[in-house]
Amino acid sequence: MALLEIKNLHAGIEGKEILRGLDLTVNAGEVHAIMGPNGSGKSTLAYVLAGKAGYEPTSGEVLFNGKNLFDMEPDERAAAGLFLAFQYPLEIPGVATMTFLRTALNAQRKRRGDPELSTPEFIKKVREVAGKLGIEQDMLRRAVNVGFSGGEKKRNEVLQMALLEPRLAVLDETDSGLDIDALKIVAEGVNRLHSPGRSFIVITHYQRLLNYIVPDVVHVLSKGRIVKTGGKDLALELEARGYVEYQEEAVA
Amino acid sequence: MNASLTTVKTAAESALANTFAEARGHLPGDREVAAQRVAAFDVFAKQGLPHRRIEEWKYTDLRALMREAKPLASLPDAADKAQAKTAGSMLGDVEVRRLTFVDGAFVPELSDLKGLESGLSITSLADALAGGDPAVVTHLGKIAPAGDVAVALNTALMGDGAVIHIDGGATIARPLHLCFVATQKPAATFVRSLVTVAPGARVMLIESHEGPAGSDYQVNSALELFVAERAHIDHVKIIADGSDALHVSTLAAAIAARARFNTFGFTMGGAVVRNQMFLNFDGEDTVAGIRGATLLGGRQHADTTLFVNHIARGCQSREVFKTVLGGESHGVFQGRIVVRRGAQKTDAKMMTQALLLSDRAEADNKPELEIYADDVQCGHGATAGALDDELKFYLMARGIPAAEAEALLIRAFVGEAIEGIEHAGLREALMDSVVAWLKTRK
Repeated sequence: MALLEIKNLHAGIEGKEILRGLDLTVNAGEVHAIMGPNGSGKSTLAYVLAGKAGYEPTSGEVLFNGKNLFDMEPDERAAAGLFLAFQYPLEIPGVATMTFLRTALNAQRKRRGDPELSTPEFIKKVREVAGKLGIEQDMLRRAVNVGFSGGEKKRNEVLQMALLEPRLAVLDETDSGLDIDALKIVAEGVNRLHSPGRSFIVITHYQRLLNYIVPDVVHVLSKGRIVKTGGKDLALELEARGYVEYQEEAVA
Repeated sequence: MNASLTTVKTAAESALANTFAEARGHLPGDREVAAQRVAAFDVFAKQGLPHRRIEEWKYTDLRALMREAKPLASLPDAADKAQAKTAGSMLGDVEVRRLTFVDGAFVPELSDLKGLESGLSITSLADALAGGDPAVVTHLGKIAPAGDVAVALNTALMGDGAVIHIDGGATIARPLHLCFVATQKPAATFVRSLVTVAPGARVMLIESHEGPAGSDYQVNSALELFVAERAHIDHVKIIADGSDALHVSTLAAAIAARARFNTFGFTMGGAVVRNQMFLNFDGEDTVAGIRGATLLGGRQHADTTLFVNHIARGCQSREVFKTVLGGESHGVFQGRIVVRRGAQKTDAKMMTQALLLSDRAEADNKPELEIYADDVQCGHGATAGALDDELKFYLMARGIPAAEAEALLIRAFVGEAIEGIEHAGLREALMDSVVAWLKTRK
């Protein structure tokens, strides 16, 4: 059974249709890259999957692990194993990063019927993961993302992903705003998590990230539909030739 | 045409007049104090209860909100005192020296007067007035604005309270806790406290007010605080009155040079609460933190009114006030900062924020800056809004259910004000109160 099955998905914001019949199947353990020009619907897809208010599906179906994703609230989707790494991680003044991580992890465990982690267990786990991502202890004590650099925010997203151990992680332009060193750290973090049971959808505008996170499948999204699917070489092709032909193709 | 109107007294106003007429003969104090009471009552008699056409009371129309005036509370009996045994629990395990007042009267057997630190003296106001304590004669009514009707009523009818003096240079390690408890009696209490802190002394003063739900008792509390130069005082007032209580509370402080002054007002109880502060910065280079948090639900009405008077140069004040409003509650914040001509180099910044959890809640916010000096840094900001949906979604996307995500954000919102309290244990205790309050929300 596919982990994620998107069938003829139509969705939009404020009555404006952005996804226009999108089909995508992701099996367990696969890494899919979704590339496309600005405005093609990449971030909309990410938000529709995560369940952001205002991003409403109008028709079509999304099955996650065989279950209708749209029957679930965003927190239920997360507990079911869906993770969205935000393109622009939010700053939450007054909420310490440790409190946030612990609340999230324990909320998910509780929903799945697992016991909550004790404080020492939790701290050990966070330290272990944070260390590998080069996240200082000091960052964990600060309020979530407040005063973090762009790179630190993205690393914090990967930290959350590593702690929450989702079945499917959707990375929404995780490479945007990162210099090459930060990009490598983030990519290594993602690669460490890659396992036969865990899948990724890597949404990106540029091919650069895919040098470090190597996809099994590359899709081109244009005007709300997947217009081409290929292997990892497709990304290189896109880098060389740009998106012009796909934009025209979709118009035609 | 010049029409002169004789306003008809409300039931509450008539009852207050009767109360004063009956009580004045046996309220504590010598002839001078009695004269002070009469003069104060006259202020009330001329103005009546403040109403919405009085600018300072525009959003808290006490004449309309106070339907009746309760009789003065009788002295607490053994059963009343028994009700007060668990009072002050909102402080958690913060170690304090507790002074307990039941229905406005000091109760020595529920208070901790043993082994007073050197430099600390404590008397009840009733005893101090009866004994003609010179400190009371010198200080009482000297800084509380005599023209304010709430203060005037307090002066006229004050029965008891605490009179505390800290000697120069003394550091009082254990916070002093003035613990005011109302019992089931639907009665009125007028408590007045006087605290004088001599040069270089340090003390933390916690006031808490509580009472049973469902009893429509009335409290008029006032604290006059004299802070000498280089003294350091932290003041925290917790208003956790019962659901039907009416509480008008005043803090008046005169703060001398190079002092540290922090006050925090935490309001979460009462049907109608007015918490007013009159702070005079009389001496140079004082650093002040003036903060507060208010949590409201149901049909609660709470008004925080702040008057900061920068008289001397070089003082710094930071004001942070947060209000969370649910149900059909009504929150009011009025913050007036005046910088007098001589108060050059004043650095005053005020931020007030209201978080509306319901469409039916109302927040009124009136910041005012009045600056007569030309070399100052002053600013204010005010916001009012609902919970941030983007933040809520971010938390939910990590698996945190909606209610828990909201609670986390509300805690963070209020926490920004609470974190200004220097005492870590008290910060925690107040955050625990916030968490407990959140659990009572549906």
